[in-house]
Amino acid sequence: MPKLTFKTDLCKGCGLCVSVCPKKILKIAKDKINKKGHTPVEMTDQAACIGCAFCATMCPDCIITVEK
Amino acid sequence: MSIVFEKPHALTDAPFHYCPGCTHGIIHRLVAEAIDELGIEGKTVGVAPVGCAVMAYDYFACDMVEAAHGRAPAIATGLKRAMPENIIFTYQGDGDLASIGMAETVHSATRNENITVIFVNNAIYGMTGGQMAPTSLPGQVTQTSPYGRDVTQCGFPIRVCEMLSTLDGPEYIARVAVNNVKNVRAAKAAIKKAFENQIAGKGFSLVEVISSCPTNWGMTPDKALEWVQDKMIPYYPLGVYKDRSAKEETK
Amino acid sequence: MSDKVLMKGNEAIAEAAIQAGCRHYFGYPITPQTEIAAYMAKRMPKIGGTFLQAESEVAAINMVYGTSSAGFRVMTSSSSPGISLKSEGISYIAGADLPAFIVNVQRGGPGLGGIQPSQSDYFQATRGGGHGDYHVIALAPASVQEMADLTFKGFDLADEYRMPAMILADGTMGQMMEPVTLGNYVPKQFDKSWAVTGTKMQRKHNIVNSLYLNPEELERINFERFERYKVIEEKEAMAEEYLMEDAEICIAAFGIAARVSKNAIVAARAQGIKVGMIRPITLWPFPKKIFAAAADKCRAFLSVELSMGQMIEDVELATKCRRPVTLCNRAGGMIPSPEQVLAAIQSVAGGLKK
Repeated sequence: MPKLTFKTDLCKGCGLCVSVCPKKILKIAKDKINKKGHTPVEMTDQAACIGCAFCATMCPDCIITVEK
Repeated sequence: MSIVFEKPHALTDAPFHYCPGCTHGIIHRLVAEAIDELGIEGKTVGVAPVGCAVMAYDYFACDMVEAAHGRAPAIATGLKRAMPENIIFTYQGDGDLASIGMAETVHSATRNENITVIFVNNAIYGMTGGQMAPTSLPGQVTQTSPYGRDVTQCGFPIRVCEMLSTLDGPEYIARVAVNNVKNVRAAKAAIKKAFENQIAGKGFSLVEVISSCPTNWGMTPDKALEWVQDKMIPYYPLGVYKDRSAKEETK
Repeated sequence: MSDKVLMKGNEAIAEAAIQAGCRHYFGYPITPQTEIAAYMAKRMPKIGGTFLQAESEVAAINMVYGTSSAGFRVMTSSSSPGISLKSEGISYIAGADLPAFIVNVQRGGPGLGGIQPSQSDYFQATRGGGHGDYHVIALAPASVQEMADLTFKGFDLADEYRMPAMILADGTMGQMMEPVTLGNYVPKQFDKSWAVTGTKMQRKHNIVNSLYLNPEELERINFERFERYKVIEEKEAMAEEYLMEDAEICIAAFGIAARVSKNAIVAARAQGIKVGMIRPITLWPFPKKIFAAAADKCRAFLSVELSMGQMIEDVELATKCRRPVTLCNRAGGMIPSPEQVLAAIQSVAGGLKK
């Protein structure tokens, strides 16, 4: 099963990863604030991830590591 | 389990200062991935511009030089002539490359300097707060074109790839975009080719990357990427404008 | 080639630069220094060096910036209007603490001016020339031999202090032919571990840069740079003193003005006027101490210049205006004649008698 790791503290909450996820399992956590003061991305259903790395491909801040 | 995607080695750990959703970060990563894959980090020297990417020297792990506004290709020329075995690239924005540095751009291209130029076109001066760029679209509202770019007063946007491809000098001129996954992958391939050309001694390779500026365009990051698709790409068509080696092979 | 050869001043600079190990020249054509470019264009390809005619002076100085960043000896040459264009790059080179060797064979200005000899870029050369707090080492040759010797010196000083060094010559010095001895330069070793030659994956990346967004850091770097400048002012100021032992009147002149002045001094001495000369060889650092000491015993100073009076301000500053300083000048490409300088000496001497 693929595994995604987020450097959440570096996330700027831009949402580009959310918009390209084919499984719609990423969202911007509106109720959280990271060290930089942004609302970071979070995974809603790790089990559904197919490891396509679309999210990481579009992430401008290189915060996503994908393992398969 | 093995890692299939992570931050490339040729980027340092310094967090990017770019605005949320700014695609500079993607382009930095693509350049670094190409450097990693070609195994050239140890002999690469990058030249950073003046503009939003001014602090690129903190982000790339290879040796770096900070240029005066527009002068990166001249500095790259000085570096490459002294160290022909090293890999030299510039990373420049539209104001830097197509306005104040146009002479350096055109002449390094016509000399076929064996360097790699990454040209980020987001149709605006971002760092100074959103002024009209040489590539701002007709009618585009910016801080210094508040009623929209009036082409009768400030002329038309410059299509750099089309212009440079009229020269005999350069080896490879291509335009890509980073507004979706497919285009990012194509951009990566073009950037890698631009470095491979230099390694093979083929000469001047420029990749124009159509990029976004959500902050100064006044859009959300995903809307900005839609604007790239709907407005920018029609004016700046993607594709390979010049590839001398490929053309010679087909002859 | 340590024998004497007859050379033009401009050619002597070019040959000396090559002997100093400079293998990279970037320039843009402008009168009256084109012999340097022509010499380099002929020689560099034969010795594995670079000669490149850039698209502009702006590009040329930035090519210098690039090659210097890589740790190589590199030079450019130009004349007054071209140096103005290079000033952007010179400021960046100074700000990034890079060595560079620059030649200004001056012509009359301002603007396009003319193509005849001038010294009116004195302020530009000695005050930095571009934006920001910085200096370049400014060297003023007065013979073809010095064109060569100060080229060697300029490369060494630039490397030692990691800053631009400039030859401030004029059209006369550039075009003049004289015997010159070359071939005695002994290369020195300089630490260039700061150069961007590629990390070879063995060290953290080097960065050549003049941007410091934190004002405290930028201030600290400016202060540190000026500490270095103090050392240079202390150690490197150079001047020739001519017949100064008993001089009551001291001429200040450099370059071609000093040569003209020597003739006038000889004529004045024949008339019993005790006049001598201090000829600054380094314009920055200005030989302040030598002028200050001269002010102890001389009663008047006469600044002979091919400008509207620029070095005269440094003479006044160095002597703290303790003695009167008079200007004897021509401008716009004209050169003072020995008769004009003699008349000025006589006038100053007449004033002293009153």
